[in-house]
Amino acid sequence: MAGTDVQQSLVQRFSNPTRFMGWSGALLPWIGGLTALVIVAGLYAGLVLAPPDYQQGETVRIMFVHVPAAWLAMFTYLTVVISSIGFLVWRHPLADVSAKAAVPLGAVFTLLALVTGSLWGRPMWGTYWVWDARLTSVLILFFLYLGLMALRNALEDELLAGKLTAMLAIVGVIILPVIKFSVDWWATLHQPASVLRADGPTLHPTILWPLLVMAVGFSLLFMTMHLIAMRNEVRRRRILSLQRARASRPAVSAEAAGGTSTGGTGVGGPATLVER
Amino acid sequence: MLGDFSHEAFVALSYGVTALALGGLFVWLLVVGRARQRRIEALEAMREGRRGG
Repeated sequence: MAGTDVQQSLVQRFSNPTRFMGWSGALLPWIGGLTALVIVAGLYAGLVLAPPDYQQGETVRIMFVHVPAAWLAMFTYLTVVISSIGFLVWRHPLADVSAKAAVPLGAVFTLLALVTGSLWGRPMWGTYWVWDARLTSVLILFFLYLGLMALRNALEDELLAGKLTAMLAIVGVIILPVIKFSVDWWATLHQPASVLRADGPTLHPTILWPLLVMAVGFSLLFMTMHLIAMRNEVRRRRILSLQRARASRPAVSAEAAGGTSTGGTGVGGPATLVER
Repeated sequence: MLGDFSHEAFVALSYGVTALALGGLFVWLLVVGRARQRRIEALEAMREGRRGG
């Protein structure tokens, strides 16, 4: 029980919006630098060290951006779902900030997976696109991301928008196992899993290692951009809070108006983070 | 026609599109963050000005 309390207080401590702006601001230069280092190492390993494939030739190098983008497309959606559960169950505004910030990033990773896959498909399959289960399910994931953005922007009430978006995200999680197992459940042109398999990867180490380094680099890039996007969203809500306090000032006395603002560097409590 | 490109061209195109998309997104996030921070500072300065006045 005591352990749970400690965990809860730690989560509360780091997820307090004001503290979040503090620790994330301090962390960003380090994680950004590490991201750059790992991606440069991954590019060197993928473009210089890795040999051409005996069948695919040079096009195998597309894998080093296509596969990490596809993994991140799914991982980002998982982040959106976990954040959405955090918002619906614990009502923490920073969970809603996290979900909202991750959605456009996921859309970009999904679009990249589709485009680079298409560019890989043309020389290997002889076509840019085929309506097989893997490609179609990833396209549905992309539309799901667009739907989450559209739903949130369609509603004036931000609290309601956050709740409805969270519900849609949680329902939409069904697409993740469909994507993962689509190559097993249906006959697809897309190859079956070659890394995340129960019997281990089937790739040669000279191809596998650059892929894993790039996957770590993409994951770090996602974390960096997610933190920046979350900070931007916290700032947007702080601006709304300040504008609201400013707009309500003429109607009340100067002292009372001072009392309605959130003050300091904070972005306000849960209500001011969520409500418009 | 795009289908007539060499294998190397498809690789270059894939890496180019990826760099453009992720690099563009990263820069856009930084620009938006900076603009919002400036707006917060301006609003807070106005609020302090009113309090002081």
